[in-house]
Amino acid sequence: MPYVLGLRCRECAREYEIAPIFTCEWCFGPLEVAYDYEAISGAISREKIAAGPASIWRYSDLLPVERNPAVDLGAGFTPLVRADRLASELGLGEVWIKNDTLNPTNSFKDRVTSVALSKALEFGFKTAACASTGNLANSVAAHAAHAGLRSFVFIPANLEQGKIITTAVYGGNVVAIDGNYDDVNRLCAELAGMYPWAFVNVNVRTFYAEGSRTLAFETAEQLGWETPDHVVVPVASGSLLTKIRKGFGELHTVGLLDEEPKVRVSGAQALGCSPVAAAWLNDTENIKPVKPSTIAKSLAIGNPADGYFALDAVRQTGGGFAAVTDEEIVDGMRLLARTEGIFAETAGGVTIATLRRLADQGVVRPDERVVAYITGHGLKTLDAVADQVGPTATIPASLDAFHAAFDPSTFDQ
Amino acid sequence: MATIRIPTQLRELSGGASELTIEGGTVKELLAGLDAAHPGFAERLHDESGGLRRFVNVFVADEDIRFLDGIDTPVAPGEVVSIVPAVAGGA
Repeated sequence: MPYVLGLRCRECAREYEIAPIFTCEWCFGPLEVAYDYEAISGAISREKIAAGPASIWRYSDLLPVERNPAVDLGAGFTPLVRADRLASELGLGEVWIKNDTLNPTNSFKDRVTSVALSKALEFGFKTAACASTGNLANSVAAHAAHAGLRSFVFIPANLEQGKIITTAVYGGNVVAIDGNYDDVNRLCAELAGMYPWAFVNVNVRTFYAEGSRTLAFETAEQLGWETPDHVVVPVASGSLLTKIRKGFGELHTVGLLDEEPKVRVSGAQALGCSPVAAAWLNDTENIKPVKPSTIAKSLAIGNPADGYFALDAVRQTGGGFAAVTDEEIVDGMRLLARTEGIFAETAGGVTIATLRRLADQGVVRPDERVVAYITGHGLKTLDAVADQVGPTATIPASLDAFHAAFDPSTFDQ
Repeated sequence: MATIRIPTQLRELSGGASELTIEGGTVKELLAGLDAAHPGFAERLHDESGGLRRFVNVFVADEDIRFLDGIDTPVAPGEVVSIVPAVAGGA
């Protein structure tokens, strides 16, 4: 592993050897991978990346995995779509959608899972596990199946039926817990201490979280090695937002960007689970855990592990936060689908609704190049829109019936 | 008087004990009592400003003290106070 120096505590900077550990034994702060950026600068180039696979593994020099790629279903290198109709609806100028619904299991979690399980194989683990609000469950079950690993996926029992089926189909163990995500998480922390399993978001989390940086790498590459002025990112644990911000900075550090990026970072939360947005809106350092109640279940983490870092990132870059209602979430899903032909899950509705709010408030400005991260597919949360959309007309198979339902004089001739 | 549950990572300070009985009527008093009985706890649990470190969670009778009165949360005699390193998770 030539480009990884070791692990470092994000709170107190104590250093550790590469191992499946995730917290500092001194201050309990989370650990982070420390890279040898100088060595990476010497090895990496735009041309080398362009010649790589159309997946996250084109950035393997920036990923903490030795054998690239060990567990790969093709995560990443998803489309960055110019969204002019959405922009005009929101009164904005240049808006792009990073469409991460188009991953192997239809969410951005495939990026982190691919990295985590590749690392798990290096460590010699034979069982993959996770605590999940659904998307990670899909991804871990699928990647474990592909890698021939046993899997244990722990989910809150009240999860959307679709996400349970799309996890269970891969044949691993799916354990539905009578409780919310934070309860599931607590059980997984205990199990991770008892069994030699690779819990992707517990003991392997340090490596797992690094996979999210590829969203920043791709965005910059797809913009011709330029960065956006403003990004809007959904916040559950806060890790994704933190890592996207970090990723832009790293591209400059290793010499892939001509100018130092100045990306404003804004966070999107659902009002029914908005501990980080609440801290930002109340201008406090304290993130108070909440008991989630929102249709955006993939964001329903009431005790966000990286909330402080997400808050710091938004403050330092001059971004903003919004906490949007369930109604705004559904409107956001429908707006994105109607204007751009992209069907996002509820978390995407949170992101679009937040973009709308921040645009209305003037936080996101018309002169900015904006990227909104759409992290999961709408088919995962059909219930959210099931009672809102349906056939425009239900008629017998006759021309008369059709013409009775639709006025032909309004048609293109 | 309350029972304090010690996480694995801090048992080197408690002589290996997973639970200790300490005098005190609030979380703050109990943690001070803990450090008095077993020196070393304070610097691990508190940051430079004297507050609890950001990644240290304390539960009184299974409720996170951030839902209660924080470090001033009262602790009734016989109640169990758990020190739990923040759980990672999600992404």
